[in-house]
Amino acid sequence: MRHGTRIAVGPVQFRIGSDWAAPIAALNRLYAAYPQDDARPADATVRLFAARPWRRVLRPSVHIGGDFVVPDALPLPLSMGLLAAEMGMNLQVALGWRRHMLLHASAVARGGRALILSGESGSGKSTLAALLGEGDWRLMGDEFTLIDPADGAALAFPRAVSLKNAAIGEMAARVDAARLGPLLAGTPKGDIRHLIPRADAIAAMHEPVRPALLLFPRFGGAAEIEPMGEGEAFVRLTEASTNYVALGEAGFAALTRLVRETPAFGISYPDSASGIALVEQIWAEAAR
Amino acid sequence: MSAMETLVDLLAGRRDAASLRPGAWDGIISVARAEALLATLAHRLEDAALPPSVAALFADQRAAAAVGQAQALWEAEMARRSLDPAGVEFVLLKGTAYAAAGLACAAGRQIGDLDILVPRHELGRAENLALIDGWQWLKQDEYDDAYYRDHMHELPPLIHKDRDRMIDVHHTILPQTHRITPDALALVSDAVRTPGGFRVLNPADMLCHCAAHLIADGDLQGGLRNLWDFHALASEFAAADSGFWGKLDARAEMHGLEMPVHRAARLARDLYGTKLPSGWNRIKPGDERYQRRMLARDDWGRATDPLLQQLFYIRSHWLRMPPLMLARHLWIKWRKR
Repeated sequence: MRHGTRIAVGPVQFRIGSDWAAPIAALNRLYAAYPQDDARPADATVRLFAARPWRRVLRPSVHIGGDFVVPDALPLPLSMGLLAAEMGMNLQVALGWRRHMLLHASAVARGGRALILSGESGSGKSTLAALLGEGDWRLMGDEFTLIDPADGAALAFPRAVSLKNAAIGEMAARVDAARLGPLLAGTPKGDIRHLIPRADAIAAMHEPVRPALLLFPRFGGAAEIEPMGEGEAFVRLTEASTNYVALGEAGFAALTRLVRETPAFGISYPDSASGIALVEQIWAEAAR
Repeated sequence: MSAMETLVDLLAGRRDAASLRPGAWDGIISVARAEALLATLAHRLEDAALPPSVAALFADQRAAAAVGQAQALWEAEMARRSLDPAGVEFVLLKGTAYAAAGLACAAGRQIGDLDILVPRHELGRAENLALIDGWQWLKQDEYDDAYYRDHMHELPPLIHKDRDRMIDVHHTILPQTHRITPDALALVSDAVRTPGGFRVLNPADMLCHCAAHLIADGDLQGGLRNLWDFHALASEFAAADSGFWGKLDARAEMHGLEMPVHRAARLARDLYGTKLPSGWNRIKPGDERYQRRMLARDDWGRATDPLLQQLFYIRSHWLRMPPLMLARHLWIKWRKR
């Protein structure tokens, strides 16, 4: 393809090709501080392409391709090329990765132990993780948390954090502008702006940590903590995993172990500050 | 050298994986994935010297394929529990059959749907039993449904409501409207039993089906994988039985499949180095186009040569049904777009 780059996030080495220069330049800026090993073969390939040659220049629209594709996925305008790249990368991991059990969850770590936040989009799991990651936690990732079936350890996938809508302003007030990507306004997922994780989070991305606490946040309503049984946590996490079924027995064993060994709570919170306070409180009282 | 050619060379054992530059792996992994051959390659190169990240990825692929096979064999078991008590005998086809029979080509082979073959007169009972035991029609329109029932070699696809897995119930191995009519009764009655108690096609029929599927039925999409099946099956059967090629010849002739079987054998020889006996070892000018079609993919895993693809697509339809019927079919399909 005309333009291309290589990015390593956690254990996954990506190769990204594009018919346009702009998405690659945007990616290279976001991932400039990530470790680069040009000699390492790619685990996953993403392609950003024009369906017809003239659509490269005429009303350019970016189709997302790669090793794995979603049939009938709608293309994005070139101004959202960076989002297309991100979606393409997520897709390859969600559908193709088999080494670890994938949880659609954000995670942060402190003292060699991980806090895993699982929830649907809009639950605030990304924002909470991003905020914690600016404090004395290490951001492990806002999209995927990887569980090693061999030893139950959690592994980081610290891609650039995808801030959405109100979270953009909240984070922009706290971090150096150099750590923010361009504002992608009016995407199918609302306004999006990427946040580059702190250097220490990127430097430590290969260090496995022990899961110590599972939280299922829900944004809105009064501050509340509700202990969750193993069974419910298990079922929720099977739904949050993109490869639980594909892993077969190894997936079952990994997930059983995770919910047996890790205390789980559902939390509701009205705003970020009380959400952070709740997290710190449960961590102090219940984390293993 | 293109990634496709390198992939074929690696599978054929013509090339030492250690001799590849690290940059070559990107393309090889992409095209192998696109051709559903990555886990097969991972098995072929299990003992090769590989870059550490490639070795790790290949180990993942082998493990994933093993899980996939266990799941595929479980589907076969589910079909057995549904059909056996009623006395409907069925024969496993394609990937599940190779796995059930413990054949070498099953190593790393991706298995999608469960394909089974039942005698034509048992088709209605097989369908009813499947519906009772939780398989359901995939949503589709009346034309497609009628088309399957009137003209195809299988029932419209069924999907299981709990396990989300598809089953294709065949009554023969080529569409009823196809120019070639294999002897479906012989396929079923001469099937053989695996140690696990499943029935699979006998070796010669297995290759006839493989070649029919590859050369006579489709547009050669995914052809490299099917050809690998042919190569691996033929090599294994020929090694176990010196008279195998003769038996295959006789059986192919009986089914009217000499041309597809011989063409598949020559292509397997040309791409994967299958050793053929003298009567089979010919050169045919048309083969080159098939080979080009099967290798039409660039180093990013994208299909190339759209004109040639289109040609094979048209050819597949031409073989599948008589011209007037084809015209009517295309007209209806076009209007529904």
